[in-house]
Amino acid sequence: MTGLMDPLPKMTPSPSTAADSTQRRLLMALAAPVGAITFSFIAATIMLFIAGSNPFEAYGDMLGHASKLETQVSMINRATPLYISGVAAAIGFKMNLFNIGVEGQYRMAAIFAAYVGGAVALPGVFHIGLIIVVAMLVGAAWAGLAGVLYTHRGINEVIATIMLNGVALGVIAWLVRSWQAEGNIAQVGVGTERIESSGIIPNLSWIPETLFRDLTGTGELTGVLIIAIAVGVIYHVLLNRTIFGFELRASGLNPRAARAGGVPPRRMALTAMLLSGGIGGLVGIAEIMDKGRYNPNFVGGLGFNGIGIALLGRNHPAGIAVGALLWAFLEASSDILQNQGTAPKEIIDIMRGVILLTVVIGYEVVSRIRKRDEAARAAARLTESTS
Amino acid sequence: MKALDRLPTSLRWMALTAIGVLALAVIEIITDSNGLTTGSQAGATLRWAAPIMLAGLGGLFAERAGVVNIGLDGMMILGMWFGAWGTINYGPWAGLAFGILGGALGALVHAIATVSFGVDQIISGVAILIAAPAVTRYLSIEIFADYDGGAITQSPRLESAGKFTFPFFAGGDLFGWKSPDMLGWFNAKDYPIVSDLTEVARGITFNLSMFTVVAYALIPVIAFVLWRTRFGLRVRICGENPAAGESQGINIYAYKYAAVLLSGALAGFGGVFIASPELGGIYQEGSTNSAGFIGLSALIVGNWRPAGVMAGALLFGYPRALGLRDLDGGSTHALLLVAALVLFAVAVGNFRKRNYTDTVLAGAIGGASLLWFLISDTVADWFIGILPFIIVLLVLTFFSQRLRMPATAGQAYRKGET
Amino acid sequence: MALAIELKGITKRFPGVVANDDVNLAVETGEIHAVCGENGAGKSTLMKILYGMQGPDEGTMHVDGKTMTFTSPADAIAAGIGMVHQHFMLAGNLSVLENVILGSEPTRSGVIDQTTARAHLIEVGAAYGLEVDPDEFVENLEVGERQRVEIIKVLYRGAKILILDEPTAVLVPHEVDELFRNMRELKADGATILFIDHKLEEVLEIADTITVLRHGQTVATVKPAEVTTGDLAELMVGSQLPTSQTSKSTVTNDVALGVENLTVLDDDNRPVVDSVNLQIHRGEIVGIAGVEGNGQTELVEAIIGTARASTGSITLCGDDITHQSVRHRRSGGIGLVPQDRHEEGLLLEAPLWENAALGHQMKMPFGRGVWFDRPGARDQTEMIRSKFDIRSPDIEVSAQTLSGGNQQKLIIGRELSAEPDVLIAAHPTRGIDVGAQAAVWDHIRTARADGMGTLLISADLDELIGLSDTILVMYKGKLVATVDPASVTPRELGSYMTGAAQ
Repeated sequence: MTGLMDPLPKMTPSPSTAADSTQRRLLMALAAPVGAITFSFIAATIMLFIAGSNPFEAYGDMLGHASKLETQVSMINRATPLYISGVAAAIGFKMNLFNIGVEGQYRMAAIFAAYVGGAVALPGVFHIGLIIVVAMLVGAAWAGLAGVLYTHRGINEVIATIMLNGVALGVIAWLVRSWQAEGNIAQVGVGTERIESSGIIPNLSWIPETLFRDLTGTGELTGVLIIAIAVGVIYHVLLNRTIFGFELRASGLNPRAARAGGVPPRRMALTAMLLSGGIGGLVGIAEIMDKGRYNPNFVGGLGFNGIGIALLGRNHPAGIAVGALLWAFLEASSDILQNQGTAPKEIIDIMRGVILLTVVIGYEVVSRIRKRDEAARAAARLTESTS
Repeated sequence: MKALDRLPTSLRWMALTAIGVLALAVIEIITDSNGLTTGSQAGATLRWAAPIMLAGLGGLFAERAGVVNIGLDGMMILGMWFGAWGTINYGPWAGLAFGILGGALGALVHAIATVSFGVDQIISGVAILIAAPAVTRYLSIEIFADYDGGAITQSPRLESAGKFTFPFFAGGDLFGWKSPDMLGWFNAKDYPIVSDLTEVARGITFNLSMFTVVAYALIPVIAFVLWRTRFGLRVRICGENPAAGESQGINIYAYKYAAVLLSGALAGFGGVFIASPELGGIYQEGSTNSAGFIGLSALIVGNWRPAGVMAGALLFGYPRALGLRDLDGGSTHALLLVAALVLFAVAVGNFRKRNYTDTVLAGAIGGASLLWFLISDTVADWFIGILPFIIVLLVLTFFSQRLRMPATAGQAYRKGET
Repeated sequence: MALAIELKGITKRFPGVVANDDVNLAVETGEIHAVCGENGAGKSTLMKILYGMQGPDEGTMHVDGKTMTFTSPADAIAAGIGMVHQHFMLAGNLSVLENVILGSEPTRSGVIDQTTARAHLIEVGAAYGLEVDPDEFVENLEVGERQRVEIIKVLYRGAKILILDEPTAVLVPHEVDELFRNMRELKADGATILFIDHKLEEVLEIADTITVLRHGQTVATVKPAEVTTGDLAELMVGSQLPTSQTSKSTVTNDVALGVENLTVLDDDNRPVVDSVNLQIHRGEIVGIAGVEGNGQTELVEAIIGTARASTGSITLCGDDITHQSVRHRRSGGIGLVPQDRHEEGLLLEAPLWENAALGHQMKMPFGRGVWFDRPGARDQTEMIRSKFDIRSPDIEVSAQTLSGGNQQKLIIGRELSAEPDVLIAAHPTRGIDVGAQAAVWDHIRTARADGMGTLLISADLDELIGLSDTILVMYKGKLVATVDPASVTPRELGSYMTGAAQ
């Protein structure tokens, strides 16, 4: 029963309680992910033992590999599209909308962008700009279609995005098959038209090379990193510094209150989906720049993993970055485990899944503990005033 | 059409199907194709629809209890792997048992996360979708790679559970005596149009796999369980109004768990089916081919009823089967005409209801389909692949008012929150 | 005659309030006993205790002469008590039969015995004169029929004592007649009925005995023959009303908010707001009196824009806003203090300075063009915090850490600070301690003096009479009376509110 009377004595805020509460909040925020990762490592260790591998040798290999500059460059390269995918998913999540269709959106966007990019030859900036714009437009349109179905027909956005995903992947699978028919899939020249060098974003290898040493091997630090950073910054600014971002978050936190506060629910949902898809369209840019075209072996799974990373990072721009790097680290590790034969690399995939599940459960548990805490503190305040 | 409404539901559906088949037969004549209504097409449809239907039935149980389960595909993958392993080591029926257990295990994780911990149901489903392939890949490497004929992404060939043919209709054995093959005899006469009906009938009664029989037999069983047993009633209240159930003394948590586990078991069965010789014959990575999601679509299109799920699954399995057997592309091309006609009918229906936006929309899409049919000679096979998804979107777009989802599907339930 | 139920000295305390204070209730077997009182009088709590959903802090309960302690509704059901809630606990997509038998299904090895179930249900229905079709889906039933299903649910389990919580709240007149017919039948068959109602003419029509509660205490137990609706109204509301505290009138002739012939329909196409006409002038506070559930919520929603008006028009300072979006109305100068601060007024997990922006994010000091002005928001929130005395360590804490009273102060502070032309305040001081309440009233009066028009909806008569320049009474969606706060008598006000003076 809500209290009908609320007699409180005059309370002066004490500095120690304020600091305590921030500390406590930080602790609680980190508890879930740290706990989840620890749990997954333990589970992985056990699994490795059972499989007959030496877990400590495996971890040693993983860390050793990660300390090499080339690996670190590769990790950042892999984290870049993952990060963009995470932000795309996070935009939807902020409004309680699940854009599961990033997988299809980024591939559609990539094919169109690669096609257009390969068909024209413009001066550098425009060429690159065109590719990026096309990718964003296609991604936004594909997500927007699901958004319209949601706002105007009430079709659940999960179903709509999954269905459109299926359509996109089906079309692309056919395109891949037709390319396969044309030539050996392993050939470098199969796929869309090659993009002229004016359309390729220059790499950033000069940064680590200036700071540390020359890179061995063929890996370059992708220039798309700039795009990823820009996406992150725009995400943060949009969400926290604009009225639109405020209204987006309000709609996610309390749709009824947001509505009473003047936020138009349908327009907001549609805009969120368009934005999410637009960013999602950028996920494939790195691969296009790397290979110069959309080829049959285009990287997959970035959409789903992006969703996982957004969950891990709690939709926070920095959190998502950490999640992306973690995911990339795990991927790099799986390579070295494969090469050295220390352990099956699939253990990494399982770790990803376990981390995701435990983190999600962990967040829920933490949130419940926090609510109970707050309720207890509020009740304590009330009883000490009525006694 | 009004006369049809007066028949009891099952007869009405049989009549509608018959009319549908006849319509297809007519279209066959018009378009000069001949794959739409053959017996083997009917049998193939049955086989391809089965895993979709099983996934859909899994989704049915879960959502009727108020839990959305989008991780069905993942549970199918688990079922497929454990089913394959079980079949190799202990025979097909043991394989089925293991597959069911495998799917249920995946569902257990989902249940713990969503029912006990209140994690968002979609998020939990996505997590399972990510985790399940990883687990099976790992297991394949450890186990299948060491088998003869196995590899890191697939298992050795699996054996079949046996065949079944309906007695009398298609000449099956009845306790050792071979009964007359009535439909076969009729088909040999080769009457126009009517023979199409009987061909289809024979196609679904001759030489079916045991798994197929079991799968389709589940439909009336599940309908009975959900609507005629105490267990089923209590499961359904969890999805419609858990607070009411709680106020009448029902342990909502227990029934939600049970329903989710059953949903995983059914998905697991679906996975076993895909790996069985009926379809692929081996466990292979990726062979679920989104069957879990298509099953969910069958659930929606089927309005959350078992028979509806079956109808939806057949609807989605039909083009799949057709595409694989249609060597000259003529039959799939004819489907475009069918689609156009159906959409025009929808447009007319909406016009009569004064719903003009829908009329224009349906008319436009129907027109596009008709145009495509007239312009082209064959249809690219990618269209067949995406057809189920398009059909779902179209049905949802034009028919959502008729559909009735369980009231609280997707909402987390906590005891005592009224 | 034997007592079916006897409650002696029931006391129940919650943090900050005593819901039931030494309540005595005696219900004779086979009678229809009404419990009346305003919102907050303690009726619901008492019924929850009787049904085993809560335990009393003090006092004893006796059923059919035997002392009882209930730990859950199951105990109450076992004792023969059945409760029909105000908000039905029915699953629309299931049949009447399924809803009724749920939890007590007759089965044969797990399979529901449909014949036995159906026979029993029809038997129970016939015995008490309640007609329902067992196979009809509940969602296809009229409201009155659904209520019958709820009643059959408890009778099916052998309840002899029925508790009905505001049973007529959702019924139209002919359904009420039907219900009363059923109640008399039940009584004739030996059932005892205890029901909560605040509509006095109904109570007088059907009850054998009436108990009146006010502020958690039993005020009187009377027989219908002994009292009039006016007497009852006075008992419910108290013999003394607070005095009006409006000093000089600041009411101008400019109409700030005009509502003309406004009708809002519910899902069953019944009018919950029925042809309402009202005008709020600049500098005027118009109070709406009425028991909750008579359309006030929907009136507010229609004015704000979250509910669609089926007919009628709304003007704000002369501009027709009937078809404008919520955003336009808010930025046009309508402020809102919603009746449920958690559901509609706050973003609980967000910090205070973001909550202060809700509803005002599109203009200064919170919004500037496309940008959200964080320093501006923080400054404004600090100002609100000190001016409205919001007790919190700082403005960074999330809104859910504030006590209910402070949350309410935050909402009021943010709305008044935006200097609206019209303020819609629904139960603005609910949950605030007396001192803070007075402060809020002062703030509202100041704004009123500056020309703000206010629509005040409240169940607190102190508040209504103390603040309003004029009071309109809302009953069943219509405005049934206009009264002058300075001269209205308790009997008059209570009568209008409870539909007695019809």
